[in-house]
Amino acid sequence: MADKIAIEVARYTPDRDTEPRMETFEVPLRKEWVVLDALNYIKDRIDGSLSFRWSCRMGVCGSCGMMVNDEPKLTCATFLTDYAPGPVRVEPLKNFPVMRDLIVEITDFLTKLSKVKPWIIRKEEKPVTEGEYLQSPEELETFKQFSMCINCLLCYAACPVYGLDPLFAGPAALALAQRYNLDSRDQGSDERLDILSQHDGIWGCTFVGECTEVCPKHVDPAGAIQQYKLTGTQEWIKSFLMPFGGK
Amino acid sequence: MPTFTAYPAQGYRARVSTYWWLGRRAYLKFILREISSVFVAWFVLVTVVQIRGLAHGPDAYARIQHRLENPLAIALNLISFFFVVFHAITWFNLAPKAMAVRMGGKRVPAIMISAPNYIAWAVVSAAVAWLLLRG
Repeated sequence: MADKIAIEVARYTPDRDTEPRMETFEVPLRKEWVVLDALNYIKDRIDGSLSFRWSCRMGVCGSCGMMVNDEPKLTCATFLTDYAPGPVRVEPLKNFPVMRDLIVEITDFLTKLSKVKPWIIRKEEKPVTEGEYLQSPEELETFKQFSMCINCLLCYAACPVYGLDPLFAGPAALALAQRYNLDSRDQGSDERLDILSQHDGIWGCTFVGECTEVCPKHVDPAGAIQQYKLTGTQEWIKSFLMPFGGK
Repeated sequence: MPTFTAYPAQGYRARVSTYWWLGRRAYLKFILREISSVFVAWFVLVTVVQIRGLAHGPDAYARIQHRLENPLAIALNLISFFFVVFHAITWFNLAPKAMAVRMGGKRVPAIMISAPNYIAWAVVSAAVAWLLLRG
């Protein structure tokens, strides 16, 4: 095994660059090193100005998502040896505005996420004295997969619809809405229906399915959205067949 | 007023290429799946015209069939056949994703959703083949 590997990193400094440029660094190629280790090596030993986000190094925090050889990846879980002899190309997540080097602006996602009300909504809260809201393992199972989302945004980088139309709510936000819709303790699905069934909501999705392919936590956002399209259609039919819109 | 977006984002935004769908196999497959609808529409159109011909009697039907007997129409029908089959297969394979059927607390396996679709397809195709080929 060669003892070094070339890493091509996208660099972008606002106010100075008009568009990102690539810079190549040589880093040690070690069996246990992931792309994030290579970036940290560059920052510590070669160029301290390299900017990127990371935190947990174990696929939990969802901060270190980047494009590695044009694939959205968690860099903490992407081994250098899989790309030997290299070079490895590391770029900021696609479909998001670049703030600096490998850092993207994600406020758009955070705004979208809050719009779908990803929390448990109760029509009436029961008093604390009555105890907690109980849930059986079967009830947990119906939404558990969707609750594994770590907001790493790899799905947004893989979604051509979001790339072409940034108004689209996007995979993770819609999957997380479905996570709460399916929660037996939640009573907010009517509230979410209005916002989710908008054009920019579930109907923006054309089922490319790549969000599910790239998801490091196997959330299956594409499945969540298609399942919600069924629900949305049923509710729409009910709304004019039933008195008072089936409410 | 857009539903989900509050403000125009700052920072460098790369333009999406017109040919973005050529960059990745899955994207190309998706675009082919979408385009297949045009050919499905063509098949529907041909069938409607044929049925209309049938309603006007054997001569009218024979005229339509004769008009379809040229290399261009045959080539178009061959391409359409490929796309319609591609459309059906991809559609059936996607069906289990959209339908999360639960029985006895467990999600029904994907094959249990897609297999009935394939079986129904085979049965209908066999029935049509029998109707056309029996005499």
